[in-house]
Parts: sequence; C-alpha cells; structure tokens
Amino acid sequence: MIAIDNDTEVKQELLEVSMGPHHPSTHGVFRMNVLLDGETVVKLKPVFGYLHRNHEKIAETNSYLASIPYTDRLDYICAMTNNWAYTLSVEKLAGIAVPPRAEYIRVIVSELTRLINHSCLAGFLLQDMGALGTPLMYAFREREKILDLFEALTGSRMMHNFMRFGGCRCDLPPGWVDGAKTIVAHFGPFLDEFEALLTGNEILRARTEGVGVLSGALAVSAGVTGPMLRASGVNYDIRKVDAYGAYGKFAFRVPLGQRGDVFDRYMVRILEMRESLKILEQALRELPDGPVIDPKAKLRNLRPKPGEAYGRIESPKGELGFYLISDGGPTPYRFRVRPPSLINVTILEDLCLGHSVADVVVILGSVDIVLGEVDR
Amino acid sequence: MLGSGIIRGFIETARNFAGSYCSRERLTTIQYPEERLAQPESARIMPFLVFDGADPKAGLRCTACTICEQECPPQCIYIIKDAVKKPDHIGKMQMQPKVFDIDISVCMGCGICAEVCPFDSIKMDQVFELSSGERFNTFLLHKEQLAKPNEYFRKLHPSDAAETDARRAEDKIKAEAKARAAAAAAAAPKPPSSPKPGPPPKVPAPVPEHAEVAT
Amino acid sequence: MSPLVAVLYIVGIMAVFGSAFALTTIAERKTLGRMQNRFGPNRVGPFGILQPMADAVKMLTKEDIVPSSADKLLHFIAPLVLTTPVWLNFAVLPFGDHVVAARFDAGLLFFFAISAASELAVFMAGWSSQNKYSLLGAMRAIAQMISYEVPLVLSTVTVVMMAGSLSLTDIVDAQSSYAFGWLARWNLFTPWGLAGFGLFLIAATAESNRSPFDLPEGESEIIAGYLTEYSGFKYALFFLGEYLGLFAVTGLGVTLFLGGWHAPVKALAWAPSIFWFAAKFAALIFVFIWARATLPRLRLDQLLAFAWRFLVPLTLINIAAAAAWHYSAWWGFQGAMATRWVLCAAIIGFPYVWLGRSLRGGSPALRKYTYAE
Repeated sequence: MIAIDNDTEVKQELLEVSMGPHHPSTHGVFRMNVLLDGETVVKLKPVFGYLHRNHEKIAETNSYLASIPYTDRLDYICAMTNNWAYTLSVEKLAGIAVPPRAEYIRVIVSELTRLINHSCLAGFLLQDMGALGTPLMYAFREREKILDLFEALTGSRMMHNFMRFGGCRCDLPPGWVDGAKTIVAHFGPFLDEFEALLTGNEILRARTEGVGVLSGALAVSAGVTGPMLRASGVNYDIRKVDAYGAYGKFAFRVPLGQRGDVFDRYMVRILEMRESLKILEQALRELPDGPVIDPKAKLRNLRPKPGEAYGRIESPKGELGFYLISDGGPTPYRFRVRPPSLINVTILEDLCLGHSVADVVVILGSVDIVLGEVDR
Repeated sequence: MLGSGIIRGFIETARNFAGSYCSRERLTTIQYPEERLAQPESARIMPFLVFDGADPKAGLRCTACTICEQECPPQCIYIIKDAVKKPDHIGKMQMQPKVFDIDISVCMGCGICAEVCPFDSIKMDQVFELSSGERFNTFLLHKEQLAKPNEYFRKLHPSDAAETDARRAEDKIKAEAKARAAAAAAAAPKPPSSPKPGPPPKVPAPVPEHAEVAT
Repeated sequence: MSPLVAVLYIVGIMAVFGSAFALTTIAERKTLGRMQNRFGPNRVGPFGILQPMADAVKMLTKEDIVPSSADKLLHFIAPLVLTTPVWLNFAVLPFGDHVVAARFDAGLLFFFAISAASELAVFMAGWSSQNKYSLLGAMRAIAQMISYEVPLVLSTVTVVMMAGSLSLTDIVDAQSSYAFGWLARWNLFTPWGLAGFGLFLIAATAESNRSPFDLPEGESEIIAGYLTEYSGFKYALFFLGEYLGLFAVTGLGVTLFLGGWHAPVKALAWAPSIFWFAAKFAALIFVFIWARATLPRLRLDQLLAFAWRFLVPLTLINIAAAAAWHYSAWWGFQGAMATRWVLCAAIIGFPYVWLGRSLRGGSPALRKYTYAE
C-alpha cells in the first residue's frame, strides 16, 4: 500500500475496496466501490441493479389490477404504503372515489406499516454498528405482533395486496380493531424500553453524532424526501402538504432534526413512531362504519380514459409516487415508480466523503434503503 | 456522566434475560416443527379447486370461464376447455375444464384468482410445506391434485364457506322455484283469447361481491 | 514439585480449561439468545449441551484452504503461535488453597510477558494472508492490543503496591482476612480496587477482542479481519486461543481483585476453595457475555482515544488514590472509614467526570427536537 521509490518520497496508493454485493450489512444486494486513502473515503460509487425485476415493463403488459401484487414487492417491508400510492394514482387517473371507512382503514394500516418500517430501521442500524442483534430482536418482537395483525386481515404477513381501486379488498375481521388497539397501547412502553437501551448509550452516540451530515439545502436540491429530509431540518411531510386520504382529520406533529447526522435520522424515526401511535389511537377510535369499497366498483377490465396522473404518498422511506399514463386500453401505456430509496441513496457519496470505512456502513444504514425499491 | 447510558443498557438486557425464564412475552420463539402457529382464516398460500359432493369430476365447480387465467398477475394458470358440458348446482349446463394446471413455483399467492372467480370454484389453500426433492414434476399441479372437497374449504375458511354455501343453497331454491313455476305455467290450460302471457320475470342470479358476470 | 504432580497440573489445566472453552461457547450462545428473547441452540443434546461437539466435528471436517500467494510457513504457524503461549498463563494462577502450578516471585510479570507474545500471532496471520482486508484488520488489531496493554498493566499496579509483591499467591494471601469478622477483604471492596477492577475489566475486554472492542474480528465491513483467510481447524484454533486468553485474564482478575479462592463471607469458607474460584470465574465470564449482548462496537479512532485519553490517566490517578488509602489507614477517629472512602472516591471521581467530558468534546446533553404542526 505504501510504496517508497528511489528518492525516498513516500508515495501513497489508494486502496479500492468493493463492499458488496454480498454484504454482512443486511440491506440487500447493494455494492459500493469505495476508494480509500488509509481509512478515509475519498470516492464512493454505489452500484445497484442486482435486484432489477422489470417491474415497470411487466406493468405495461398486465392489467391495472394485476399490478397491485407487484407493488407489494417494491419496498417489501412496507407493502401497504406501496399499494396505497399505486391505487391513489389510479384513482386520480380514473376518477374513482373512496368511501370514508376505507380511507380510515388505509390510514390505520399505513401507520402500522410506518411502525414496522422504523422498527426494522432501528434494529438494523444497530446491527450494523455491532450490537449483535439484541436491539434487532427486541424491535422484531414488536413487529411480529403487527405482522400477525396483517396476516389476519389480508392473509399474508408481508405481501398484503390489500388495496383496490376505490377502497380496500375486504373489511376488518371481527376483533381486529381490539387487537390493533392492544398493540398500539403496548408499543409506547416498548419504545420507552428501546430508548432506555439505546438512545442515551454513549457508544451509539459516539458512532452516530456528527457522522454523515446532510445539509438541508443539499437534501432539497438532491430530491431527498422522507425522514432523511426532515432530519436535516426541512419541514416537508406529504401527509401534511397534500393531506391525502383521511390525514387531514388527525392531529399529529412532524419531528424535525437540526444537524442532519445519523443520530438525527435515527431519532427522527423514533419520534415519528410515537406520532404514528397518536394517529393510530385517533383513527381506531373514530373509525366510521360503512362499506370499504363501492359495491359497483369495477374490479376487472378497468380502462381509464386517456390521460396521465401522478399520485404520491409519504411512505416510511420518503415520497413514493406512481406516474401513470393511460391510452384508454386495459394496460397502462407508461408505469413509472418514483422510488424514494433510490433517490435518497444518490447522495451517499457526499455523506461518506472524509469518513472512515466503519462509518460508511452506518451511514448507509441510516439512509434506509430497500433494494426492492431501488432496483424495482 | 460517562457510562450512565451504558448502565441503563445493561439493566435492560438483564431484564430481558431474567424475563425470558419467567414470561412468554420475553421468549417469543415458537419451536417449529414441534409447535406450530395457527394460521388465521384469511391466510393464503396457493390456490385449490373446490368440488361439491364426492366426485371430483362431476362436482367440480369450475366452469372454465378462464377469468382467473386472464387476471392472474404472473400468469401461472393454464386452462383448456372440455367440449363436453356438465350441469352445475342449479342444473344449468356449464362448460368444464379438461386441463387446469397451476404452476405453484410461479404462483405468488396474491389471491386475485379467488377474488374474481364468479363461481366460488377457486379458493386459497393454506398448505405451505411444499418443498420437494424433485425439481420438475412436483410444482406443476393438475386438476386432480388441485381439486379438494367442500368440507376442506369449510374447515379452512369457515365464514367464507358458510357465506358461499348459503348463497348457493339460495340459488338452488330460487332455481327450483323458477322451474316449478315454468312447469306449472306449461301444464296449465291456455285461455282461448287472452293475450299470450309474457315470459316469467327473470330472477337475476345474485352476483358475488366484486365479481362481474362472466363475459 | 515432583514430575508426577507437574504432569497432573498440566493435564488438569488442559482438561479443565479445554472443557471450559467448550462450555463457554454454548453458554455464550444460549445467554445471548436469552437476552435476545430467543432460545440459544437447543437441538443437539439436552439444552444444546452437545453443540460444541457438533461445532468441533464441523471445524475438523472443513477443507483447509490456504491462499496460493500466502506465505505458507507464517500462515501455518500463526494459530499455533497464538494458542501455545496462552496455556503458560495458567501456570501462575492460584486456583485454590495451595493449588497453583508454579509459584513465581514475579508471577504477575510472567503473566503479562506471556500474554504479549500472542499479539505477534495476530499480525502474522494478517500479513501472511496476502489479503488487503486481513492486513487492515491485523493492523487495527495490533493497534488496539498494544494500546490496551498499558491500562491493563497499570490497573494492576495498585494491587501490587498494596500487597507489596508481584507473586500472585502473595496477592491472594493479602486478601485473606475478614473485615468486621465476616466480610472478606477483597480488593474489590476498596475504592481503588473498585475503580481498578472496572478499568481492568474494560482493558481485558479490549485485549480479548470482545464486544464492544471487537473491531478487528467481528466487523460487518471488513469481513473477518485477520481471520478472513483461515478455515477449518485453524479457525477453531484461533478461537481457542482467544477464549483461552479471555479465561487467563479473567482468572487474573479474580485473583487480583476478587480475592482469588477466598470465600466472600466467613460463614461460607467451608466450601472448597476451587469452587469459589470457579464461581467467581463464571460470574466474570457472564459479565463479558452480558457486555457483548448489550453494547455496539466502537470505531477504531474512538477506541484508541478511549484508551489513551481516558483509561491511562485514570489508572494513574487510581495509583494516587491507592496511595491515599494506604497512608490514611492509621486514621482512627469516628467515621474514619467513611472519610477515607469519600476522599478516595473524590480523587478518582472528579477526574473521571472531567475526562469523560473531554472525551466527548464538552458535555453534550441529549438533543431536543422541534416539531412542526
């Protein structure tokens, strides 16, 4: 690595390391070509595409209904929010209205999905830092309860396929609301326990404070959205900006960070979980009765009038949007996913420059990517 | 003070350690395969075909309308219609499938086929221990392997089966009433100069939720 | 000592600590599991007791892969150089009343000299593998081990000062009487002993490459560090060497601070002394496992800063506290004991807080977050 040539001038060779795609850090098949000067990162190039599955092209040959299960598999941890973004776009495109009970149910399952996702993030971030899976196991213990709820509702723990154009696939089974209320009641104390284990922990703070600082201006110009943007201090939450669905009816706050480092991103997500609990309590209490989908809604052979629509929601990772162009036929002419993980990961190099290799893994963990969404 | 956060972490881990010997809450492992979690009613893994009665061929509800084949997202269903027709539960002659194959290695378990079927003939099964040592033949299931009796459906999805059975029984009653009315009208003597009675009003078959009548 | 007794000691130590190694691997996995709300391994044998046997069979039957460009000789002998000297450490530890293999006058010095020899093996492993990751990992490991030798040794200086001898058996004897008629005079029950024990534990964790100081080996970034190119039995030998090092340093901690083979209270002194040594040993191993389950890893520069800017000054201040304790032993007024405790605690406490703050760059309070409506 250090070559000394004849006139004893010390020449330094830069070390190129390829981290991935087989990664001990559990984010999926993702590769980073890192150029190191000793221990510091001089250049970083993310390489992805290992999980590309042609989602957008397949959607062009499948009907609108058949694309719904494929959207589950985009960000496979948050299937409900993926479904919602897609059905929102199609409802915009075709002008379909949604009954109020369905809007409330959509909010409830989306906020539960937010809890799932942020638990995953907290667990995996600490796993990357070497805490050997203990916080991960605690987070997953709570996540399992929510997944059991989803299995009772939709039939599957992760690939929910729950939303339809104009509402939800089926109504809540008996006892589901009580189960959800119990989980919400227990989640707050669990978060307190989790924070006792972690948030004051000096080692965690030393590893994450000041690491991977993202300024608000850079975040906005790079198109970063979601908790990463809010951790840099920019107040932009699509649930407040667009007030889509029933979000306008709930009182909740949006936590903002100041420094934009890894610790802020971690803490903003923990605080968002607490706000999600507030939304869930309100929604479960005020759930109206009624149908979950218009009984005359057309399930098969949906042919929206020619036109285009962009529907976006605040998924746990950022702004998830679907841009659809219809030419009047049964399949979309163009189906484009705006993947928040991909757009958030484009500034990975700026975040990692000047840090050491050990920090790169932690920074990547805080960006919170899921390769299903990055590669589609 | 340096170390206070770490001490709190130690207390938390110790609490979980001690708790794992006392409460189930702190030791959440289910030791499969000795213990199994009960699957909820709505669980879905892969499809199966329902038949009524004891004969899988005669009682098969499927009419080879191919709606499930058209709507299946990964297109794992393969149907060939049979030229011979057979009567369904209300006596109407319906087509039947000669070949009904599902490739369960392609099937993604989404349940759309069960959702769109107008005849309640394809439903979601809950068996997940499907692994096999042999690569080629075990994952393409044919009609005979897919057909399961209505009792099985009732056991797996009690409320869904109850609703389906009730609806089909009601259909049968209405069809029989219609047939009796038609037979009575045919047997009654025709009055000489009264206008020809119009055809009896058609009772529309109740459509299951979220399905369209077969096109 | 007759040759027969010597052979008995050798065989005994190898048998006992060899099986302790096997038991510790399974105990660690099950304890970690319980702390993570799950069972540990419990399929092989009742409660998973035979898991080490299964692991041994696995390690032995794996293919031994040596990279073609590796330095064959160094690659081969690195695990041996790690494992062999570690056994010598056990020769000087007193396991019980008159149960010690070799009575040296400078037993402690011998111990530290031997444990330094194993660090060479780490670098041999990293260098001979001809692999960038291994080299990086080996260099980090060396930096860490050398940095933490200093606080490890310095934290034991107080014990030597108070006992007046480097011989481990003398140190244990110095903790033999019972205060108030019932409580043992372990070094742990003095302020300098308490602080010294804490510092010793932290330095010992780092010396054994255990969490939270396992940057050289358990990294999620650089695969397995200097162990990357080792497979099969050589890998097992590395683990054996590391765990034996852990046992040796734990035994030393028990000897120096926890009173060796003495019972904690006089009433229980009838139990065999080897039992007490084993019990304290097991308790300390549990503390190491507990730390592994709880704490994330430190980064290298933070690790080194922690050693040099925090541990070393504190160990030196601990020496001053021990001196204060010793020279105030003649105080006989009412409440003298409490005063001595407060004095020594202050001598250690204020620098602890001050060094802690300087290590973290000021005294950062937990951040407050604003909310938007």
